[in-house]
Amino acid sequence: MAEVTKEKILSLAQQYALPGNEDKPEVAEESSDQEVVADETPEIKLETAPVDFRFPTTNQSRHCFTRYIEHHRCVAAKGEGASECEKFAKYYRSLCPGEWVDRWNEQRENGTFPGPL
Amino acid sequence: MILIERLFLTIALSDAAEPWQLGSQDAATPMMQGIMDLHHDIFFFLILILVFVSWMLVRALWHFHYQTNPIPQRIVHGTTIEILWTIFPSIILMFIAIPSFALLYSMDEVVVDPAITIKAIGHQWYRTYEYSDYNSSDEQSLTFDSYMIPEDDSELGQSRLLEVDNRVVVPAKTYIRIIITSADVLHSWAVPSLGVKCDAVPGRSNQTSILVQREGVYYGQCSEIRGTNHAFMPIVVEAVPRKEYGSWVSNLLIA
Repeated sequence: MAEVTKEKILSLAQQYALPGNEDKPEVAEESSDQEVVADETPEIKLETAPVDFRFPTTNQSRHCFTRYIEHHRCVAAKGEGASECEKFAKYYRSLCPGEWVDRWNEQRENGTFPGPL
Repeated sequence: MILIERLFLTIALSDAAEPWQLGSQDAATPMMQGIMDLHHDIFFFLILILVFVSWMLVRALWHFHYQTNPIPQRIVHGTTIEILWTIFPSIILMFIAIPSFALLYSMDEVVVDPAITIKAIGHQWYRTYEYSDYNSSDEQSLTFDSYMIPEDDSELGQSRLLEVDNRVVVPAKTYIRIIITSADVLHSWAVPSLGVKCDAVPGRSNQTSILVQREGVYYGQCSEIRGTNHAFMPIVVEAVPRKEYGSWVSNLLIA
C-alpha cells in the first residue's frame, strides 16, 4: 500500500516538474519498484495489433475478421503451432471482441464458418 | 507557461460534470483541445454576427418607426447590396469551414501505431472491458465488467450515478486504440474530457484512438439513450503512469 502512495506522489511531482527534472523521480521509482515487480512477473510489454492500411475506416469489424482468417489459413498451411502464425493470433485477439472469437471457433468446429479458410 | 497555468490559474482540472456547468470539461487529449479551440473560433464569428444583426435590426426599428416615418419606402431591388450580403456570409462560412474540416479529418486519421488496444463492449446495463493484448490463447485473461455504484452504496466523495466498481485503467501519454462494440442494443462510449463519443453497434466494431496527456480520473456517461437503464451505466477512465499500468496489468494477470 505504501508503495502505491509513494508512486502516486512521485508521478504528481513529475507532472509539475520542469522538463529537466523529469528523469530524477523516474530513477528513484524504478529502484523501489523493481523488487516488487520482479517477484511477481516480468514487466508486461506494451504492444498491440498495428495499424493496417487496408482498413482505414472507423469500422474495424473486417480488420478483425481478416486477421482471424489469416491466422487460420496460416495454421492450415504451416501446421499447428507454427511461429509465423502467432502474430496473426495476437492481432485478432487484440481486435476481436471475445464473444465473436468464441462464436467463430464454435462455427469452425461445426463446419459452418462462413469465411474462406 | 503550462506549469504556471496549472499552478495558479486552475486549482483542479474538471474531468467530471459539475452542477450548473455551462462550459466544457477540461481537455485531457489533443482532440478535446482541438474541439474546444474550434468552439472558441466559431464563437468569435458568432458574436460578431449577433452584434451586427441586432444593431441592424434595432436601427431599422428605430429609424423607420411608423410615427416618424409614415410613408413606407418601396425599394424592391438593389444589386450591390445583394451581392454584398451573398459574398460576405460565404466568406464567413469558409472561415468556419476550414478549421472545422481540418479537425474533423484529423479525428478520423489513424496515423500512429497504438501501444494498447482496449475493447469496450456495451451490455444491458453494464460495460465489459477486454484487455486482450496479453492473451496467449483464445481464453480471455484480462476481462472485467464495470457496473455503476448504486446511490445507496456510494461513499462520501463519490459522484452520484457516475462512479463504477471497476474503472478502465489506461496508461497516460500513450497512444491507445479503443474498439467499441455492443452485445445487445445500441450503446455509446463517451468521455467528454477525452473528446470521445463513439456509438457501440452490435455486430460492428468501431475504432477510436486517444492520447491522454495527463494522469487523472475521467467520467463519462452513455450517450445513446435507448432504454430504461442507459442513464445508469457510466464510464470511468483512470489514466495512470505507464509503470503503474504495467503493475496493474501484471497483478490482474496473476489473479
